[in-house]
Amino acid sequence: MNKPAHHESRPHVLPLRTYLLVAFALLVLTVVTVAVSFVPLGGANALVAVGIASLKAALVALFFMHLLYDKKINLIIFLVALSFLTVFIALTMFDTLTRGGFDIITRDPIDPDAVIYRDTISAPPDTTTD
Amino acid sequence: MTADHAHDRPGPLAHHFTELEQQSDSVKMGMWIFLLTEILLFGGLFVAYTVFRAWNEEMFINAHKFLDIYLGTINTIVLISSSATVALAIRAVQIGDRRKAVILLTATLALAVVFLVVKYFEYSHKFHLGQLPGKYYTFTGVEGSNPHIFFGIYFATTGLHGLHVLGGIIVLGWMLFRTARGDFSPEYHTPLEAAGLYWHLVDMIWIYLFPLLYLIG
Amino acid sequence: MDTTFERSYLKTPKGLASWLFTLDHKRIGLLYLFGIMGAFLIGGVFALLVRLELFGPDKTLMDADTYNQFFTLHGAIMIFMFIIPSIPATLGNFLLPQMIGARDVAFPRLNLLSWYVYIFGSVFAVYSIAAGGVDTGWTFYTPYSTESTGAVISMTLGIFILGFSSIFTGLNFIVTIHKMRLPGLTWYKLPLFVWGLYATAIIQVLATPVLGITLLLLIMERTFGIGIFDPAMGGDPVLYQHFFWFYSHPAVYIMILPGMGIISELIAVFSHRRIFGYKAIAYSSLAIAFVSFLVWGHHMFTSGQSELAATIFSFLTFLVGIPSGIKVFNWLATLYKGKITLDTPMLYALSFLFLFTIGGLTGVFLGALAVDVHLHDTYFVVAHFHYVMMGGTVMAFLGGLHYWWSKMWGRHYSERWAKITCALIFIGFNVTFFSQFFLGAKGMPRRYYNYLDQFQPLHAFSSVGSLILGAGFVVMAVYLIFSIFKGRRAGTNPWGAMTLEWTNPTPPPPENFTEPPRLEYGPYDYDRVAVERTDT
Repeated sequence: MNKPAHHESRPHVLPLRTYLLVAFALLVLTVVTVAVSFVPLGGANALVAVGIASLKAALVALFFMHLLYDKKINLIIFLVALSFLTVFIALTMFDTLTRGGFDIITRDPIDPDAVIYRDTISAPPDTTTD
Repeated sequence: MTADHAHDRPGPLAHHFTELEQQSDSVKMGMWIFLLTEILLFGGLFVAYTVFRAWNEEMFINAHKFLDIYLGTINTIVLISSSATVALAIRAVQIGDRRKAVILLTATLALAVVFLVVKYFEYSHKFHLGQLPGKYYTFTGVEGSNPHIFFGIYFATTGLHGLHVLGGIIVLGWMLFRTARGDFSPEYHTPLEAAGLYWHLVDMIWIYLFPLLYLIG
Repeated sequence: MDTTFERSYLKTPKGLASWLFTLDHKRIGLLYLFGIMGAFLIGGVFALLVRLELFGPDKTLMDADTYNQFFTLHGAIMIFMFIIPSIPATLGNFLLPQMIGARDVAFPRLNLLSWYVYIFGSVFAVYSIAAGGVDTGWTFYTPYSTESTGAVISMTLGIFILGFSSIFTGLNFIVTIHKMRLPGLTWYKLPLFVWGLYATAIIQVLATPVLGITLLLLIMERTFGIGIFDPAMGGDPVLYQHFFWFYSHPAVYIMILPGMGIISELIAVFSHRRIFGYKAIAYSSLAIAFVSFLVWGHHMFTSGQSELAATIFSFLTFLVGIPSGIKVFNWLATLYKGKITLDTPMLYALSFLFLFTIGGLTGVFLGALAVDVHLHDTYFVVAHFHYVMMGGTVMAFLGGLHYWWSKMWGRHYSERWAKITCALIFIGFNVTFFSQFFLGAKGMPRRYYNYLDQFQPLHAFSSVGSLILGAGFVVMAVYLIFSIFKGRRAGTNPWGAMTLEWTNPTPPPPENFTEPPRLEYGPYDYDRVAVERTDT
């Protein structure tokens, strides 16, 4: 098959215990997240759900995917991906959550009877049509 | 450095690398970058989800009730288990136990197929009720504005994820074949590790999709 | 017999199959060169047709619907089939392994695959021209793109596929630069072109997938009426723009960063001086890559996003100009008191400095929220982006092409014709596009088929410029192709440069180096080591 290279790389083998513990933790966390979803916490429900999911994802990444034991660059690549996704979501939400937020015209409309218009302009601006 | 020296070099070492460790590090790094692109690809759908959920919180809560939480939980357990089996399969190769690796890879594939079967049942139930994306939506049982949005996002995210599961089945099937054939050893099993990384990402995406779609309040 | 030639990557191995199934990064670079030159030709023809139509108001050559298709195809082809792959896939592929003393990139088969994906995607895109055309503008804004009757799906599918080509190239380059460097070649000894390619590759892998999902959602909207961009179904058309520009803004830095990398090489070599502020230039490339992801909303100031978001994006946009400014000042400082030789590559580099500065500064005008309200969707924007993309990237690409031409082909082009052409292109470019700043400031909207009579003089002037520009490129094609077969034989290091690619034979053998490359000096050690020009 293949002859060992002059630079033999013995893989870093994790003990069976580690894998089984992580798998068990993931299953427990799954049960927890389902159970918690039945408890009404209002807005916190979403946060808790995402929090538990992140914990599970971290376990998969660090242990199953070996990020804890691997070269640092791979962890950096993973974190960069998550960071930029966060930027995408956050900056988009800056827009979508604040639409109509500074809409002065609807909150503070021009008053056609205001004195200043009568005095300085011959006819008040027509704000009634459209 | 011509082809003449090929027989001095270990079989799986490609001509442009100088040593096996450089090659396996490169392949793993390359796979992590590919996973990065997958995270950003699905990321777009997470953005759509977040935006529309913020705009239609009530409707999302009402609509998601029509998702079967038991099937979703089963699928989550199925995928987590498949992640465990593939990780253990790689470990088996690392300690030279080919037989166990083949068994574990087969288990991974079986679990992956179970996932898709469950999804098939979920989808056909929705088709039956008319809970379809966009202009095909005919279901009337959800309160709130534009309930088709939830189902559109549901199908887009789980559909894209399902396609990735299918891709994973093909890749893992090929890895099973290669493992059984004896291509891998404790010194060389880089393609298997790369395939494993991909499969773990597929699991990770579902770990997020499950609460976001099935467990909304 | 010229054994160097016979043993070079150009002639070894022989046969068409050996080219179509090559794993040699240098051959793949040439395969890409043919591809993008073809794309530039098609995109350029559309450009000339557009400018001819705009010579006068009303119909000059074609009707309005055809005009809409032509400017759309010009944009889409130039951006996705030409400029995005241009420098990385041609010069990057050819040079990167040589510059780091490697035998090939990290994943040669992925490299070849990326070329085939490029060709496949291009075929789809070109097919859509015949299949009904697309008239949505290269930005495919909803709702028109979801409702237009053109071949939107095949065009967007083509671009989706082209995106994979870009991702594969970026992935390959990142791993190559991390893992395949000659021992002893630390990060701070890398040529700045490599830093430019690295920063570009990071953007390619992070941003392009978002383009992928955007186009997929657009296709789903067209086929399933999924409704996320349709207000009648509770969707939001501005959301499409967020998705689209999250990729497309960083994309413009994919276009410029490799060009800036080339300029660093050219300025150093042709001033015969150490580059000023090496680390600042290196870090500024990374800074541009990072900040470029924070500013996309400046394309949407008048689209209906919230005022808060617009303000934040405007502020962040001012930040992204800073690293580019740092580079320009460092290049100027390198020129100062340098032993400048005005060979053709240097003429392109100097053109770049002038034209990119104009393009970059006008970008800052557009980044100012209040100013943009007046200038958005006018010819001012068209002028701005042509100054940075053509006055910037294309000038840098041409400079690099001329600089490394002898390394690629083993022969020199005619210096006289090259200089004449550079002048033609410089003059033609400025006549075409400087006038468009005025057109835009005076209110001429972009993508308009018809216009008021008062704009005609400037439009006519601009169109004449485009003919001069086109003529320049035709002349360039002639002398470059001639040089491949009949050019004067070139030596190993005609420019006296200090980067590793000039230490191997010209043209290089398939394995790049005939003896193991040795790092004897840094890439810009002009003040420490005397390197002679070897040009037989």
